[in-house]
Amino acid sequence: MNIAKVLDAKGVACPMPLVKTKKAMKELRAGEVLEIHATDNGAKSDLTAWAKSSGHDLIDSDEDGGVFKFWIQKG
Amino acid sequence: MAVEIIDSDALAKKIINKSDTFILDVRNTEEFEDWKIEGEHVQIMNEPYFNLLDDVSAIEEKISKNQEVIVVCAKGGSSQLVGELLDDAGFTNVFSLEGGMKAWSEHLEPVKIADLKGGGELFQFVRLGKGCLSYFISSEGEAAVIDPSRMIDVYQKFAEERNVQITHIIDTHLHADHISGGKSLADEVNGTYYLPPGDATDVTYRFEALEERSQIQVGSATVNVQPIYSPGHTPGSTSLIIDEAYLLTGDILFVASIGRPDLAGKADAWAVDLQETLFQRFIRLPEELLVLPAHYAFVKELKTGGEVSAPLGKLYEKNPGLQLEDEREFRRMLTENLPQQPNAYDKIRQTNMGKFVPDHQEKNDMELGPNRCAIHE
Repeated sequence: MNIAKVLDAKGVACPMPLVKTKKAMKELRAGEVLEIHATDNGAKSDLTAWAKSSGHDLIDSDEDGGVFKFWIQKG
Repeated sequence: MAVEIIDSDALAKKIINKSDTFILDVRNTEEFEDWKIEGEHVQIMNEPYFNLLDDVSAIEEKISKNQEVIVVCAKGGSSQLVGELLDDAGFTNVFSLEGGMKAWSEHLEPVKIADLKGGGELFQFVRLGKGCLSYFISSEGEAAVIDPSRMIDVYQKFAEERNVQITHIIDTHLHADHISGGKSLADEVNGTYYLPPGDATDVTYRFEALEERSQIQVGSATVNVQPIYSPGHTPGSTSLIIDEAYLLTGDILFVASIGRPDLAGKADAWAVDLQETLFQRFIRLPEELLVLPAHYAFVKELKTGGEVSAPLGKLYEKNPGLQLEDEREFRRMLTENLPQQPNAYDKIRQTNMGKFVPDHQEKNDMELGPNRCAIHE
C-alpha cells in the first residue's frame, strides 16, 4: 500500500477527525493513501460515509488499544 | 450573532407542547434513517455535516434565513460547527442541540398524570428519544419507581426535590430494548427491587418476586399496587393496578398497538399467552382503568403535554391489536408483522440479568436506535 501520509487525529472529538482528514486529503494525489489514527468512536461511520460520498475509497480499518486506524485512497 | 445552545430539556418541552420545530440533522444518512427525533410538529431534514464544510449552499436554498433551525448531530460537536457555518452564511436563528442524539436518547421528561387518593402523586417519565415510559408514584414520604431507565439520578433528584424516599423499585418484565435502572436504583437507595420470577430464571442478583399475591404499599397503606400476571411479551410479564384506577401494562398493551411475543425467541408459545392476557384477563378488568404502558410507538400517541394514556375500554374499541379476537387471525397478525429486533437486544437482556456489565459508553451504544417493542399493522 502506498501510504503517502499518516494523520494523527487522536484525542479530538467529532467533527475534527473528519475536518482534518478532508484537509489532509486535499494535499494528496489521486491513488495515494492516507492513514488516519483517531480515538473518537464516531469516526468510523463518518469516514465511511464521507469517503463514499466524495469518491474516495476506504480500503481498510482496524482497532488497536482504543485507537481506530483507517486507510483511505484518494479517488 | 452567535450560535445558541438548546438543551434536551428545552427541546423536549417544545416537542411535547407541539410547537413547530425545524431540525437539521447533520449525522450521516444511515444513522439518520435508523433513528431520529420525532414529534407531531417536527419537521426534519438530513444533510451530513461533511457536505456542508466547504459551503452551506446545499441547504441555503431549502431553509429561509430567519427561520428557527435546530442543528443536531451525534454528540453536539458537529452541530456546533455547522451552526457556526450557517451563522456565517447569514442565518439568524440557529441553535445547536447540546450533547446531540446521545443526550437526547438519555433525556427523561416528567409528566404529571394524577393526584392519588390520600395525597399521593403519579408521574410518567417520557423518554422521547426511545419511546420508553417509566413511572414514579409518591405517597406520604415514600416513592415507588416502575420500569426505571438506567438514568437513575433523574429519579433520585426528583425524589429529593419532593422530599420523598424511594423505597420500592419494580420492573414489570425483563426488558430487551433498554437497560433497566431497577437493580442499580434499588442498590443506591437501599430499596426493594421487584421482578417477576417467570422472567428471572437466569438473573445473577437477589430480588423480591413480583407476583399476584404480593401486595405492595407505598406510604402508610395509602397507595395500593396490585400485580396482575399478564404473560405474552415475556413469560413473566406482570401488570400493575395502582390506586384501583391506573393499569400499568408494561410491554403487553400499548395505546395504539400491542406487545411483541418474540424477543426471547418463543413467538409461538408466547403469542398464545398474549392472546389469553388480552382477551381473557384484561377484558374482565374495569373498563375505566387508565392504561399507562411502558412504551409508545407513534408520536401521535403523545397528548399535548406529553402524556401517553388511554382508558382500557377505549382501547378495546380502537387499538388495532385488540380487534382480532379470532385465534388464527390474531396469531397471523403477530407473526407476520414482527418488526426488526431492537438493536443489541440480546446484550441488553444479558445486562438486565446481571450477566454482562458494560461501561457507560457501551450502555449508550447498546441503546442507540429506535424502539421496536410493539406490533402494529
